[in-house]
Parts: sequence; structure tokens; C-alpha cells
Amino acid sequence: MTDTLLQVRGLTVGFPNANGPNTVVNSLDFDLARGGALGIVGESGSGKSMTSLAIMGLLPKGAERTGSIAFDGTELTALPERAMRSYRGDRIAMIFQDPLSSLNPYYTVGTQIMEAYRSHRTGVTRRQARAVAIEAMERVHIGDAARRVDHYPHQFSGGMRQRVMIAMTLSMEPELIIADEPTTALDVTVQAQILDLLAEIRADTGAGLVLITHDLAVVSEVTDHIVVMRDGDLVEQGPAERIFTDPQAPYTRMLLDAVPRIDDEIGLLRTMHTEEGR
Amino acid sequence: MTAGDSIPRQPGPPEPAPLLRAENLVKEFTVSGGGLLGRAGRFRAVDDVSLEVRKGETLALVGESGSGKSTTARLIARLIDATSGTIEFDGREVHALTGKALHAFRSEVQMVFQDPYSSLNPKHTVERIVTAPLAYQRRPIPGGARAFAAALLERVGLNPDHAARYPAQFSGGQAQRIGIARALAVSPKLIIADEAVSALDVSVQAQVINLLRRLQDEEGFSYLFIAHDLAVVRQIATRVAVMNGGRIVETGDRDTVFGSPQDPYTRKLLAAVPRIRPEWDAARRRNEQARREREEAEL
Amino acid sequence: MIRFVANRLLGMLVVLFLVCLFTFVIFFVLSPDPAVQICGKNCTPEAIDQIRANLGIDQPFWTQFWTFLTGLFAGRTYGTGPNAIDCAAPCLGYSFQSSQAVTDMIVQRLPVSATVAVGAAVLWLLAGVAGGLLSAVREGRFADRFIAGLTLTGMSIPNYVLALSLQFLLVVTLGWLPFPQAVAFSDDPVRWFQNFLMPWIVLAVGMAAVYTRLTRANVIETLQENYVRTARAKGLSPGLVWRRHALRPALTPIVTIFGMDFAGLLGGALITETVFGLNGIGKMAADSITKNDQPVIMGVTLLAAFLVVVGNMVVDLLYTAIDPRVRVGSSA
Repeated sequence: MTDTLLQVRGLTVGFPNANGPNTVVNSLDFDLARGGALGIVGESGSGKSMTSLAIMGLLPKGAERTGSIAFDGTELTALPERAMRSYRGDRIAMIFQDPLSSLNPYYTVGTQIMEAYRSHRTGVTRRQARAVAIEAMERVHIGDAARRVDHYPHQFSGGMRQRVMIAMTLSMEPELIIADEPTTALDVTVQAQILDLLAEIRADTGAGLVLITHDLAVVSEVTDHIVVMRDGDLVEQGPAERIFTDPQAPYTRMLLDAVPRIDDEIGLLRTMHTEEGR
Repeated sequence: MTAGDSIPRQPGPPEPAPLLRAENLVKEFTVSGGGLLGRAGRFRAVDDVSLEVRKGETLALVGESGSGKSTTARLIARLIDATSGTIEFDGREVHALTGKALHAFRSEVQMVFQDPYSSLNPKHTVERIVTAPLAYQRRPIPGGARAFAAALLERVGLNPDHAARYPAQFSGGQAQRIGIARALAVSPKLIIADEAVSALDVSVQAQVINLLRRLQDEEGFSYLFIAHDLAVVRQIATRVAVMNGGRIVETGDRDTVFGSPQDPYTRKLLAAVPRIRPEWDAARRRNEQARREREEAEL
Repeated sequence: MIRFVANRLLGMLVVLFLVCLFTFVIFFVLSPDPAVQICGKNCTPEAIDQIRANLGIDQPFWTQFWTFLTGLFAGRTYGTGPNAIDCAAPCLGYSFQSSQAVTDMIVQRLPVSATVAVGAAVLWLLAGVAGGLLSAVREGRFADRFIAGLTLTGMSIPNYVLALSLQFLLVVTLGWLPFPQAVAFSDDPVRWFQNFLMPWIVLAVGMAAVYTRLTRANVIETLQENYVRTARAKGLSPGLVWRRHALRPALTPIVTIFGMDFAGLLGGALITETVFGLNGIGKMAADSITKNDQPVIMGVTLLAAFLVVVGNMVVDLLYTAIDPRVRVGSSA
């Protein structure tokens, strides 16, 4: 057992075509300590979402992945698809941005929580899986879980749907949770609840977290190590406090200046260019 | 309708009449019960909303999804009609406007939407887009379309030579600037910005916020700024109205609402906003200062 | 749920009433005087008046329409005295040309049309869905492009061209099938099957092409859905991802369209039945158009409308069973 849960080295993702390699992630390096929380921050087109899909081995058709992704000492890039599948959902779980479209409208949430459990654990009866699903829903504080387990996604509110997604990952007790913009589609009060829930689950299970977001304030609250990305490149990385108190890269400094604050000075928001740029 | 008979006001200190005054706005939507036997339900999206926008100020209407803020904006722009209540704009009853007066109202109140691309016709050049409001009004374009469009683009910080391009050739932030330029074309008195910076990346968002503030300083028009992001609202608002469940739960000056919120919902909303620790920000400013001094010393 | 069904039923009745009214207006306004036709060449004005009275077409429009409607539910009698003709409910009219109630004529021919429709429907559904799935799985590859070519051909060949060429090829040139001859299923099942094979194929080809395209598009679109990505992220096997998360959402819309298409076909396949000499409702309609036998044309029109409306209703009900979003309301 190593202290590093996830070690990424030289991760490069491209969509090669006639015009060239079209790199969307460019030789990315980072480590996630066991039980740690890593934030990957960037604006649109930074390659942060592609990074998460690359770790999961779920890149879209036509994508090419090179470099090394070591999870708990196992080189994921070397695994055949079938072996990778046993990691996916079981040891590495993923939460997506839009909980409504990420849940299948045709099946009850219980069925969708159970199917992951049943496909990874052999010899599980339906009844056992159902109990696991109900328990997982209770752990994410969905009231009346024994009844709600038979409800369909559209019968839940946005925040509750994201809880269902989290319950789905939780039922497998993964060692790593990758959350790609998990609160972007949610209202601010619901976002606060979901972030609290993620923190609570990490405290309970000791799972590591990779949080992918555009929101600097969110990563500042949730993660202890931060990776800043721009146009597929790693801009800088370091402990959260260092990134927020002493950013080295001009891009990080600009980003921090551009974030409107709820309780800091009001004035011209500083941007990359002197005025508001062209 | 009892349009016109308003509550007699107490003679107070001479306060400039507001540009816009909405009183007791209600908007109900019919929720279909389905078919011939179904009983239609009524859903009250806006429930007794009263607000004022004064000349040259920015009133921010904040709330979460389903709070009724966007419906309120559309009522005020007269894109939809209210179930009841009155809206007075620049001394005229908006509901009663017809013909020429309605035309004038439509150019005095302009909207900027959230998704810049879907609110710009992809088949029209920027020049055509930004001069369209004048064309609709059959008003002459001062100085000709080309020069007029170029001047507008310049004002919103875009390259004036790009007037012949199409929306798809611009980035999201630039497209939003085109939307703003189109609103400016008819010299409006009120611009309703409905989540106008919500879809933008943070660095672009900052640029557009700065632009909106600068334009207001220059032109003196008012904003009705609809947003869910409280941190953004705090950067731009003069006054804030907080909406929840179709009602305004709290109104006040920005610093009062943010500094000492009275309503429990406002407090909950403010508490939920994720924030970068102020002590980190303070440390960063110190480090920044030190860096700058070092750099100057090296020079 | 009961309320929903009641709602749909009531809506259906209203639509059917309007269909009746509309059809009636068309035939009332546009058709030449049937009494003149019935009476023949050497006809006195008195005889025409007599026939008109018997037919009831001397009455004003609304009276006629009312008689027609009551005839549907309670039956009616044409004329009076010993020559009176009884038309039992549901009376769709009486064909004086063939001296038969339209309802009876339809009932006699319904089994043939139903056989044609059911066989063709099974064929096109199987071929369409299978072709669509194969196309979707092999998107952009040879099989996909090959199927795309086939569907294009299938959609562009007119029914009668296909029918005549098939007949010529399979019966005349190759002799694989005997010349069609009316036999009952119980008498000679093989011969019966051979008789219906060509009409089934002819009707199925165009539809199968449409269903192939539809299935392909639906499956490809569904595979883009976020919940399919979720299913893969859960580590489900590709088979499970396909079966559970791609097929069901992709095939649900097919059910809707299938119900409508099938109902439409039950009302008779005009060209196919005529070409193959099958004595179904479609052929009857074609014949009555040439003979200008109005009660029959009107009866068939109403039947087709009725089937489509009922088919629509069945599809709606089926949909509530398939799609939970329709079945259980939101409680969010």
C-alpha cells in the first residue's frame, strides 16, 4: 500500500486528425494522496473534464491517451478494457455535472443504484442489493429512503438527484471519487448542502476526491491541493493555501483577481488586460 | 382594470420619480390538467411583486431557480402580460401602451440574455444585428449603418473592423458584447440583463461586468440586473431585491442587504455562497505588493 | 390513471364525431346525386323523387346527418313498406349498387386486410429494428453504409412497381411462387402463406426502410446521453449498457409510430391489394371509387379514421405503461 492513491505523469489526450494531434490535455502531472482532495480548476476548454474521463478510461471515440495513470500502484493505461471495468464504479467512482440527464429516466433510482452493486459483487441477491441501495440513500440523507428507492429520477429535485448520484457511488465504497462540476447545475443553497455531504462522506470513508470545477471559491473550501489548467496545459499546482496566497503564474493571479468576492473589496475586477480587453 | 388610480402618496422630501415602478405584479400560469376533463391548475410564478428602478442605478433581482426573477423581468419588458398589477415606466402606464408609444417603450427598454449565441441571429452579420433595433423602428441610422455599427463595436470593446463577421466567429464573451451593443443602438433608458454574465468564464465575466459598469457611467441608463450569483450582484448592484417563491422577501441598498440581511432566506442564501478565505486574499495582496516592490527594486 | 383514460376516451369520441361530420359534409357537398345513378337512363322525375325519399336524401343536411349518426348506433331502415331495407347497427350506409350493407361488406373483407396488415407489420418491425440496430452499432462502417443504400432504395420504390416486379420475377420468371389463388388457411396453409408472402414483402419494404432509419437515429442519439456515460462509469458490461440504457429509451418512440402505422394499414392497402387481387378493404375501396359507390367510399373512409383514432389512443395508453415520466407525475 502506497501513500499515493493516484499518480498521473505526462498525461496527454488528443484527438488526432488531418490537421494534427489536436491536443486537449498536454503532459499533465499530479499526485493525489490517499484520502486527499485535489481540485482541478480551469475555464472552458482547459481540458479539465477530459482529464477526468481519461482517468476513468471513458474518453470519447477518436481520442488518444498517452502517459501514465497509476491508481494504487496499478498502471490503468496498461489494463485491458475488461479489467478496467472492474475498477470503474467499484474502486473509482464518478459524479457528473447534470444529475437529471445523468440518470436514466426509465428506471427507478433504486434499480440504478443496485445495478452497479450487483455487477461488481457476485452472488448478491436482489434483496441484498436493495438493502444496500436504501442504506446508501439514507447515508446521503434522502428521507424515507425505503419508499423513495422505488421512485424515478424525475420525481426528485435537482439537489436530491445529485444525492442519488452520490448514493450510487457510495454503495460501492470507492477509494477515489471523481466529481466533475458536481454542483454547477445546482442552486447555491443546494450546492452548499452537496459540498457538505461530499465532505462528510470523505470523513466517513476516507475516499480520495478529485474535484473538477471552474469555481475557485468552491475548490478553496473543499480541496487541499490545487491544479490550475489552461488550454490543456498545467499552469501551476500546489497546496491550496499556497495557490491562493502566493500564486506564481500570471494566469492564476489573473483568475484570482477576476473572481467577484462576496465579502471583499468592490472595485474594478482586474482582468488579463488593462481595461476589459479586446 | 383600475389602472391609474394609485395610492395617494405622502408629501415627503422631493425624491426624483423612479424610472420604473412596478406595483403588485402577479403572474399566474395555467398548468394543464390534461384533456377535456382535467381541471387546469394555476401556478403563481410572480406573487405580488413591487419594485422601483431609479434613474442611473442598478437594481439587482436575485434568487434561485424558480424564484420568479426571470418572469418578473419579462413582465417588465412587456414580453408577457401580467395577470394583475401595474408597471409604470418613465411616467407612462406600460400596460396601456399601443402603437407609437409601445414602439418607443420597446426601444427605451432593451434586454440582454444569458446565452449570447442563441439570442443573436447566426445568419446575420454583426452590422445587421446591431442596427436591427433601429431598422425595426424604421428609424434612420445616424451616419449610415457601417459607421454606426463600427462606433457601437468600439464602445463595447470590440474591433470595429469586425462588423462584417457573423456571431459564430466570436467567442462567448465577444458575442455577449455584441448583444450589449445591440441594446445600446437605440439609446435605451433601461437595460434588463437576464443572467447576462452567468454563462461566461470567470475571466470573461469580469471583463463584461467592468464593461457594463463603464457603459452605465458613460450613458447614465439604469439596469435591472437579474442574477443568481450573489458575488456578481455585489459587484454591480446599487440596490438589491431578493426573490423567493415568486415574492420579494427583502429589498434594500446593496451594502445593507449584504451587510445586515434581515430576511432569513437572504441570510441562508448569503451563508451558502462559497468564498475564498478573506485572510488568504489579504495574504495574497501582501505577497503581491512585496513582489511588485521586488520587481521595481530590480529595475 | 382512470381519469387519464377517461379523458382520452372522451377526446377520442369528440374526434370521431368531428371525423363523421367532416366526412359527411364532403360527400354531401361534392357528390353527384346518387338517385340519378341508381335510377338509370330511362328515368322519370317521379322515380327519382321516390328513390330520394327512400334514401332519405330529400331531407335537409342536419336531418340526414342525424339519421346517419343514429344509424351508427341503432341501425336504420331505408324506405318504407315491403321494399324497406334494414341496415343493422353499426350501419355505415347501404350500397345500392351491390345491394349490401356497407358494414357487412367491410366485415367480409376485414380478415384479408388484417392478414395483410399483421404479416407486413411483423416483417417491417423485425427488419426495421434489426437493420437500424446493426446500422447504429456499425455507424460509419461498411454495413451502415450498405444499409443506408438499401433503405434509400426501399423508400424510393413505389409500391406498385415493386409489386409488379416481384410478381413478374418470382411467379413468372423464376416460378418460385404459384400464381395467387384464393384459398383458406385451413384448406392449404402452404398455399395460403405463398399467397400472402408477396403482399407482405411489398408493404413491408418501404416501412422497414423508414423504421431502419428511425431506429438507427434513436440508438445513436441515445448512446450520446449522459446516462449512458453514467452506466459506463459504473463499470457495467457493454452488453448491459446496451440492453438497459440504450435500447429501451431508443425503442420507445418506435412503439408510438408503429401503433399508428399499423392502424392505418388495417383500413386496407389500396394498391397492394388491387395488384395482387386480394379481396380486402383496400381493393373494395378502389373498386367503389371506380364505380362511384359513395356509401362504400364513405364507409371505408370512416373506418380508416376510426382505426387511426383508436390506434392513437392505444399508443397513448401504451406509452404511459412504458415511460415512467408519463405514468407517474412529478413530486419534486
